[in-house]
Amino acid sequence: MGLFLNVKKGGMSTTVQDFGRWGHQAMGMPVAGAMDPEALAVANLLAGNSPGEAALEITLLGPTLEVEGEGTVAASGADLGLTINGTPAPLWTCLSVKTGDVISFTGPKGRGCRAYLAFSGGIDVPVVMGSRSTYTRAGIGGFEGRALKAGDRVSCGEPLPLWKRTIGFSCPESLRPVRDPEAPIRAVLGPQDDAFTPEALETLFGSTYTITSQADRMGYRLEGPKIPHRTGADIVSDAIPPGAIQVPGHGQPIVMLADRQTTGGYTKPAVVLTADLAVLAQRIPGETVRFARSTPGEGAKLLAERAKRLAALGQLRSEYRTRPQAVGGEVKATSGAFTLRIGGKTALIEWQEL
Amino acid sequence: MEEPRTPRLLDAGDSCLVAEFGASVDRALNAKVQALKHALAKCAVKGIVELVPTYRSLAVYYDPLLLDREELKKRIESACETLDEASQAESRVVTIPVCYGGTFGPDLENVCAHTGLSKEEVIARHTGRDTYCFMLGFTPGFAYLGGMDESLATPRLENPRTLIPAGSVGIAGKQTGIYPIDSPGGWQLIGRTPLAVFDPLRNPPTLVEAGDWVRFEAISESEYEAIRAAAKAGQYTVKIALRKEAA
Repeated sequence: MGLFLNVKKGGMSTTVQDFGRWGHQAMGMPVAGAMDPEALAVANLLAGNSPGEAALEITLLGPTLEVEGEGTVAASGADLGLTINGTPAPLWTCLSVKTGDVISFTGPKGRGCRAYLAFSGGIDVPVVMGSRSTYTRAGIGGFEGRALKAGDRVSCGEPLPLWKRTIGFSCPESLRPVRDPEAPIRAVLGPQDDAFTPEALETLFGSTYTITSQADRMGYRLEGPKIPHRTGADIVSDAIPPGAIQVPGHGQPIVMLADRQTTGGYTKPAVVLTADLAVLAQRIPGETVRFARSTPGEGAKLLAERAKRLAALGQLRSEYRTRPQAVGGEVKATSGAFTLRIGGKTALIEWQEL
Repeated sequence: MEEPRTPRLLDAGDSCLVAEFGASVDRALNAKVQALKHALAKCAVKGIVELVPTYRSLAVYYDPLLLDREELKKRIESACETLDEASQAESRVVTIPVCYGGTFGPDLENVCAHTGLSKEEVIARHTGRDTYCFMLGFTPGFAYLGGMDESLATPRLENPRTLIPAGSVGIAGKQTGIYPIDSPGGWQLIGRTPLAVFDPLRNPPTLVEAGDWVRFEAISESEYEAIRAAAKAGQYTVKIALRKEAA
C-alpha cells in the first residue's frame, strides 16, 4: 500500500521542491528548487529518503494534509507549529503516519518562514527537465505546476527498503542547519562591482537593509540607503546566478533567489554565498539584512561543512537502523538470541536481520 | 571595436565564474561565447554543472566541492587559447512558420501605421531576413533574436497585455521575438506560429538554441491549422538548414 496525502487546506504557499532544475538555464529555464536545500536534505534523510528527493516546501502558514496509507514523515526548517491529529509533533524527527492521520500547522513559532515536510518515498510527481521542483510562474514541474490547494491528492513514491527502521530517528542539534536571523549575509564582489564607486560598495556592505513586502521565491527586494551607479544601471544582459544582488536604476538592492530568471540586464555588484542564501530565505518582510564581504574560498568552505554535516547525519541514520532493539511495537524485532540443543550440545544462536 | 580574444574571468559568487568577452551586442563577440561553450562542453570537465551563454559572456556554473576554482580558471584559459570560432562557421537555420495578421497578429496594423509600410511589405521584410539567436532567457524558451530589418522597428504597446498566447510573434523596438509560453507583455503582436517553440516535456524542450538563425515563413490560416495538428500528432518535422559563414 502506498502513501497518499489528501490536501484539506493548501496553506499559504506549499510547493513540491527538490534540489532544482539545473542544466537548462541555457534555454532560459529557471532553476527553482528548495529555498533552504540543507533543511530539505535533512528532512529527506530523516524520512528515510535520499537527500535530494522531492518534498513539500511550506511557507509560514502550513497546509492540512490527511494521510492515506502508511509511511514516515519528517519536518525540518522553521518551526511552523507542526501537529499530528491536533497534538504538537517534534521537528527533526522521523514519525510514522497511517491512514486517517491529519498533519496540520498552528502557525510560526519564533523566527524562520520555510519548513520542509518529507515523506517516505518522496513526493511522486513527474520529472520535468530532470527535476520535480515547482516553477509556478510558468506552471512547470511539481504538482500541476502550482502550489497545493484543497482537494488535491498527492502520491508519494516507493519508499526505500529500510524506511520502517528509520522511525524514531532524529537529527541531533549539532547537525541541524543554523539560520541566525541576525547574522550578516556574506557576499562575493562581482561580476559588475566596477559599475559602482568604492563609496557605493561601502554603502552596500555598511548599511542595514529591510526586506520589503516584495519578497518571494524569485527574489527579495530590499530597502535602505541607495547604492548609486558610476554611469548607469543597465548592462547588456548576462547570467543571474543564485544570490546575485541586482541594483536597478532606483539604487535599491534585490537579492535573486531560487525562482529567479536566468538572465537579466541590471548591474550586480556582488553575489551572496550559496550557504548564506538559506539564511536569508528564512527571513520575512520587515526583517533586516546586513551584507558582509566574503570570498569564493569561504563560500566553498561553508559548502564543504554542509556536506560534512549531511554525511554525518547519513552515518547516524545507518547506525540507528542497524541498532539491535526494536521500536515501540511498530517494527518487528530485528535481532535476538536463543539456545538450541543438538545431540546433547547446547549452542547459543545470535541473529540479526541484515 | 576589436574585442579581446581572452575573456575577463569575473567572480559571480562561490559557484559560478563568468567569462566575459565584451560588453556589446555583436555577432562576432557572441561567436566567441558559443565557441567557448562548445570547447568546455567537449572536454567534459568534472564539476562543471552547466554553461549559460549570453550576448557577451559565458556563465560557468560549477560545484566547488568537485572542482577547484583556480583549476577551473586554468581550464577556461586553456580552452580560450585554442578557441576555434571557425567551428561555428556552420550554424543551423530554423524555419518558424508564422500566420501573420488577423486575430493572430492584432498589432500588425500598428506596425504598418508606425512604419508607413503595407501589411504585405511588413510581412515580406519580417520573413526576408534571417535573425540570429544570441541567447535564451527572460522566460523559459525565450530567444533573443537580433538582426531584424530595422525599418520594422516599432515601440512597445503603451498598455501591455495581461495574457499573450504562446507562439505569438512580436516586435519591440528593433527586436523581434516569439512568446514561448502564455505570459503578459507589451510587444506589438504581428502573427503567431503553430509550433511549440518551448515544450518542457519534449527533448530538447526548445526549437531554437543560442547560435542558431531563425527564418520566419509566412503561412495561411489553413496551413496554420494543418501544421498545428501535425505538430501535435508528432508528425511535423521542423525545417532546419545549415548556413555557412564566410570566413
